[in-house]
Amino acid sequence: MSVLIYIEHHDGKFKKSSLEALSYGHVIAKENNMATVAFVISDGRLPVADLGKYGATKVLTYSHIGINESDSKSLASLLCEVVKKENVTWIIFSNTLTAKLIAPRLSVRLKAGLVTGATGLPTKDGVVMRSVFSGKAFSAVKLNTEIKIISVNPNAYLINESPEKPEVAELVYSTSASTIKIKERRLSPGDIPLAEAERVVSGGRGLKGPENWGMIEELAKLLGAATACSRPVADANWRPHHEHVGQTGLAISPNLYIAIGISGAIQHLAGVNRSKTIVVINKDPEAPFFKSADYGIVGDAFEVVPKLIEAIKTTHG
Amino acid sequence: MKILVCISRTPDTTAKIAFTDNNTKFATEGVQWIINPYDEWYALVKAIELKEKDPSTIIHLINVGCIDNEPIIRKALALGGDEGIRVNSNSEDAYVISSQIAAVAAPENYDLILLGKETIDHNGSSIGGMVSEMLDLNLISLSTGFQLNDTTIEATREIEGGEEIVILETPCVITCQKGMAEARIPNMRGIMAARTKPLKIIEPIPVSPLTETMAFELPPAKAGVKLIPADQPEILIQLLKEEAKTI
Repeated sequence: MSVLIYIEHHDGKFKKSSLEALSYGHVIAKENNMATVAFVISDGRLPVADLGKYGATKVLTYSHIGINESDSKSLASLLCEVVKKENVTWIIFSNTLTAKLIAPRLSVRLKAGLVTGATGLPTKDGVVMRSVFSGKAFSAVKLNTEIKIISVNPNAYLINESPEKPEVAELVYSTSASTIKIKERRLSPGDIPLAEAERVVSGGRGLKGPENWGMIEELAKLLGAATACSRPVADANWRPHHEHVGQTGLAISPNLYIAIGISGAIQHLAGVNRSKTIVVINKDPEAPFFKSADYGIVGDAFEVVPKLIEAIKTTHG
Repeated sequence: MKILVCISRTPDTTAKIAFTDNNTKFATEGVQWIINPYDEWYALVKAIELKEKDPSTIIHLINVGCIDNEPIIRKALALGGDEGIRVNSNSEDAYVISSQIAAVAAPENYDLILLGKETIDHNGSSIGGMVSEMLDLNLISLSTGFQLNDTTIEATREIEGGEEIVILETPCVITCQKGMAEARIPNMRGIMAARTKPLKIIEPIPVSPLTETMAFELPPAKAGVKLIPADQPEILIQLLKEEAKTI
């Protein structure tokens, strides 16, 4: 029997969140004496054997030419084939947009219980903690089925190195013709995808205009962070919509979230309150965000942020 | 064109989150209930926009829940649905809920099934995908907008690291998010009309759940904010390094 981990990649690199899912899956596999099978839809250029470093005992690849990755039906058929071939009893995804496309379909097809947004490992009885109420609570969910599917929230489980020498094999399987046609695909540039960034620097209306984002970007760069923004900023087109975090935008869970000039409306908090450490910089001492923050600076962003940048440059050499 | 919009009832976004009965139930006292914003603002309003373009369009609304959910179904009817369907089940398991929706939808041959990308209470993002599989339909997940030309759909959807435009034929299931449509408020005429619109109550089909919610837990309370003087940001850097260990 085996634990299957669905691995995603971008720009010839494995996604960090997929390596987290692999580390997570490997722990389940070890506890249950199972194989750790990493499955990758690959363009042939990926260093797939490297997945052994994070515990994969087998890497199964499938050529991207054979599948329409926007078609949940094709993906579900393909994964069902892997489940059958590898005698899979646990399927682990990182809780990405791809997982949201495939996992529910797979759950029905395999009659496999699904927990999305998991924040910890399953107990011996198959109980998994997951994030609910937009990050304001957790629930403990029991999976009652023979095959179990979990999608793990990014940054919820740390990458563990646990070197194995994996067997690498290519899966040969024909998916049926897709009835979904891809007309255009636009991938946004940016070094660190916001959803899986460990650190995020975010700006709000307090920054007064898009021309003032230079210091946000500089601070982010120094910290190795991604940039984000609040809803009014995205709505005013100061920043692109994919940077909008909050109830209606992206929900993120970085280790560090620095909010600059954001008052902290409940809708914004819903997207960021899973962050481990929150820093708030706001000139209004009454800003509600301070109540949810770990560290705060009451001050004008235009004075504080440049000083902060200087301080980092000094301490980091 | 026949559209089914799935609506869920959720606590208002500002509701206090607390639990009772040994942390096994959500504390409903004093909670304002709303239509799940993603279902209302995006899925339902998009359906209404399609009906405005083609008045022969029929919009059915489905909710799986108890009698307490009827006010939100009436609100959705006031916004512009034609008929409400409530499946009388209290289940919280996505598989059971999807099975109820699929059972109602199967004989109706809807051209489109629209719903929000997730609910703001369970955050499961599962119902759209499950219903599409049960009905053997194509799924467009996380869509920010689509155009319908006769039976052809051109939809924009969010993918990891960007977005894409896909083309497919109806029928299909689309999960909707920001960008799809703008929120509306019901007008008096709509509210009056909603009183007499049909609201069917259907008993659930027997289905075994795949998961079981055992208990809820609140995150540990924050220790409170540590304020750092505005002219000494180097203290913040030190705390982030040594105390929070995040840089």
